[in-house]
Amino acid sequence: MTDFGDAFSTAFALVANLDGDLSEVVALSLKVSLSAVLIASIIGLPVGAALALYRFPGRSVLVVLVNAFMGLPPVVIGLVVYLLLSRAGPFGVFGLLFTPTAMIIAQVLLITPLIAALARQVMETLWLEYEEQFRSLGSTPLRSLGALLWDGRYSLITAVLAGFGRAIAEVGAVMIVGGNIDHVTRVMTTSIALEVSKGNLALALGLGIILVVISVLVNGLVFVLRGNQRQGVSP
Amino acid sequence: MINADAPTILPLKLKDISLEIGGHRLLKDISCRFEASEISIIIGPNGAGKSLLLRLCHGLLSPSAGNICWLGACGRDPADFQAMVFQRPVLLRRSVSANIDFALSLRKVPKRRRCDLIEEALRRAGLYRFAKTSARVLSFGEQQRLALARSWALRPQVLFLDEPTASIDPAATHVIEEVIMAMREQGTKIIMSTHDLGQARRLADEVLFVHRGRLIEKSNAAAFFVEPRNDLAQAFLRGELLWWQRRELTPP
Repeated sequence: MTDFGDAFSTAFALVANLDGDLSEVVALSLKVSLSAVLIASIIGLPVGAALALYRFPGRSVLVVLVNAFMGLPPVVIGLVVYLLLSRAGPFGVFGLLFTPTAMIIAQVLLITPLIAALARQVMETLWLEYEEQFRSLGSTPLRSLGALLWDGRYSLITAVLAGFGRAIAEVGAVMIVGGNIDHVTRVMTTSIALEVSKGNLALALGLGIILVVISVLVNGLVFVLRGNQRQGVSP
Repeated sequence: MINADAPTILPLKLKDISLEIGGHRLLKDISCRFEASEISIIIGPNGAGKSLLLRLCHGLLSPSAGNICWLGACGRDPADFQAMVFQRPVLLRRSVSANIDFALSLRKVPKRRRCDLIEEALRRAGLYRFAKTSARVLSFGEQQRLALARSWALRPQVLFLDEPTASIDPAATHVIEEVIMAMREQGTKIIMSTHDLGQARRLADEVLFVHRGRLIEKSNAAAFFVEPRNDLAQAFLRGELLWWQRRELTPP
């Protein structure tokens, strides 16, 4: 159990000294995952709502695919993005491999299906309740989509948080497309993996504790914001 | 667009309407005509097809056979001139006034006119003090009054109500009936289903009795409540239980 004791003291020391390397790694982690969540939400939420609302040929196939892609292994996504972005790949000319942008792209691919699938479930329940009234009022499909997203906003936060959780915690995709380059693409999860392989377990565990704390803080912040909004009334 | 002054889309003509869902014929050969500015009340036992009939008239369902025709529509979209209040109020997760504002914006009412319409509708339904409250925290009766206020604000020519006062207390029922009468005064055609025979007596100008998917009787309310022509309707008025299979009816 000395590992755990060491880990806590290491974590505490890292945070207390405001370790420069550590804050750089944490900042990059947050930057990559928050950007990925933002982009994935902009794509995933309307797609999920559209899947709930519209009836079109091939819809059920799409629903099954989106649901299946919720659980894609990050390493596979990483590999696909690696092949696409590598020098010989179709997007090689942009020179994005081993940059934070490549990591964001990989994470967007990873969590968009998750956010879309969860959003679809929320929206479908809501639409079941609203459909007749909306048709009675003469709502257009686009207006219905907007109203559904707005009215389901509290439930959709959960979908977005699930996306954030998956993005901040995954290591496979960012490791492959980012390369874990010090000061460039090193994030918390890849650092942990590296420290473990170096046998530096206390430092790895310390980083892990900080990662968990950040996750809890983000979720707590959202919970507080959401609680305050619930009590008040939105216009 | 508010339709108070536009020429009426009525009368509504139903010709040989049938509705089949999943191999079951739920409505059978219904033909009738709804004239302007009367309250038509549809009564009948559970599962008779009252709600389906309302939804067909409103255009939420399409008939499997027969046709529905708004004789006064003259090329206009009849849906723009109708509103419906459902048995369970469907409200957005927004404030009370935002609920009405949303409906008005869907009907393309200009923003500057909406405020007055919202205030008037809320006062009429006795909900003005709740304008900024979240609609979801209202009681069931208040929610139904809000659903009705929303329809009021739209100034429809025809208002459909599907058992609007089922599971609502007498006080809220009274407010709802008052608003319905006020809408009638303003020239709105009311087509409403109800379980409540007392309510039918209070409101109806004409009564439609539906049983097992068929329109059994359609007559003037005064005449109907004195003596329905049909024996099933007579039994229903006496408060007898109508069974799916026709049984021996107690002589009056």
